[in-house]
Amino acid sequence: MDKFDVIIVGAGLAGLASAYTLAQEGLEVLVLERGDYPGAKNVTGGRLYVNPVRDLFPDLWGNAPLERFIAHEGVTIMARERSITLNYYGNELCEEPHQSYSILRSKFDRWLAEQTEAKGAMLLSKVKVDDLIMENGKIDGVLAGGDELRADVVIACDGVLSLISEKAGLRQPASAHDSAVGLKEVIEIDTALINARFNLEGDEGVARLFVGEVTRGKFGGGFLYTNKESISLGIVVGIKDFMEGEPAIEAPAVLDEFKLRPEVAALIKGGETVEYSAHVLPEGGFKALSSLYGNGILVAGDAAGLALNIGFTVRGMEYALASGYYAAQAVLKAREAGDFSAETLAIYKSLLENSFVLKDFKNFQEAPGVLGNPRFFNHYPELAGNIMRDVYAVPVGSKNRLYPTIKQYMTLGEMWSIFKDLRKVMKI
Amino acid sequence: MSEAMGLKAKLGLDVFKPGKVAHIKIRPGMEKDSRLKTAILVCPAGLYSENEKGEVELTIDGCLECGTCRLVCGAEVLDWDYPEGGAGVQYRFG
Repeated sequence: MDKFDVIIVGAGLAGLASAYTLAQEGLEVLVLERGDYPGAKNVTGGRLYVNPVRDLFPDLWGNAPLERFIAHEGVTIMARERSITLNYYGNELCEEPHQSYSILRSKFDRWLAEQTEAKGAMLLSKVKVDDLIMENGKIDGVLAGGDELRADVVIACDGVLSLISEKAGLRQPASAHDSAVGLKEVIEIDTALINARFNLEGDEGVARLFVGEVTRGKFGGGFLYTNKESISLGIVVGIKDFMEGEPAIEAPAVLDEFKLRPEVAALIKGGETVEYSAHVLPEGGFKALSSLYGNGILVAGDAAGLALNIGFTVRGMEYALASGYYAAQAVLKAREAGDFSAETLAIYKSLLENSFVLKDFKNFQEAPGVLGNPRFFNHYPELAGNIMRDVYAVPVGSKNRLYPTIKQYMTLGEMWSIFKDLRKVMKI
Repeated sequence: MSEAMGLKAKLGLDVFKPGKVAHIKIRPGMEKDSRLKTAILVCPAGLYSENEKGEVELTIDGCLECGTCRLVCGAEVLDWDYPEGGAGVQYRFG
């Protein structure tokens, strides 16, 4: 073949979603993946929210290798010597269609790649794209392992660092300020033990976030998701925050300390770590998004910065799937017009703007700034912990009245600070 | 250091395929750059360390290809690329 219709760099969720959609329409699609197999380089916390993308791939979900549907949502506020956990369980979380599932990417991506190949896309693993081919001011293909591969359009789905969109001049190197790094262990535990320990029936699963001392009071948090036969446990730390922290601490030690916390140790007891992984996450939100298109090129998924942390939920995979889908729609439109210039491909941006993807990013554009407030990670967890300690304490002698017990922490200065912080939170 | 041992053991659980060349290199003359000292702290695989001369060294074996060092050090300090196709970490769970 002289030329492909589309070359997609990276067989992650964005790339595979694009390829699936395009191959379904009969286009000649080549997906290049540098890992041994799709998913080999990919990591999630992780959980996938299906609702926003269910209808984009209606045939996909029936047989997808999802781990457990999340029936229990929890958040643990962690102070240095105590913690408070809030659990939310509701009928709506247990009813079908379930809104979110824990997943393991190596398994999920390999499966999605099979579905994509079944639609007719061509997938080559163990192939790293080294550069882009530029011709007459337009991207015309890629260089990979010394081979020139040509296409009408290239879709960069090469992940959070996206060296490809850097080469295309669509973005600056990702910055430490707008990024976080996640460290994760997959801990194998017997299914029956998981169900007993977390009070689960069948395929029910748990998602739990941890905030506060888990990251030594710095931006970030801990996470726990139950899979079928394992627990995904890890931390996410803001890289910039972490670099400037005093006293200096090594990131891997933060994860080790998190695992040693009694609240966490009890949950993973008897489990055996079977994999250790690390991955960078875009955290800059709307303001840090890269250019989404150029002449002969589109950017989707993490590569475009499409991940969003709004505190209670941290999402990326739905945006990857959806942006991959809309990139494919943009390619189909460009093909109709017979023109792959930036001007025509700009339709991609409007498609995203009219979808939940950029609507979410606009709605939550203040979130990164607000969540960067260090008081959420050090002051409030300690404050809440101290109040709980005093409220629950029964001393040897008589117990103080409740109101003064709490009031001693709520000085005017404190209340004013809380008011100011809340006013900012109202922007989210 | 017991923590470092723990980290080595953890990395030992992962599947790595050797590459022909080191895909990340400290640029000559930059070994004492302060940004590399930050890399010592943030590298999830603990691959950066300081020698007795105050220079930072990088062991590429065990690299998880996360890119954190690229973010904190930048292109001035590091010659950074992914390993060639089929090389490097291959997650079985992810």
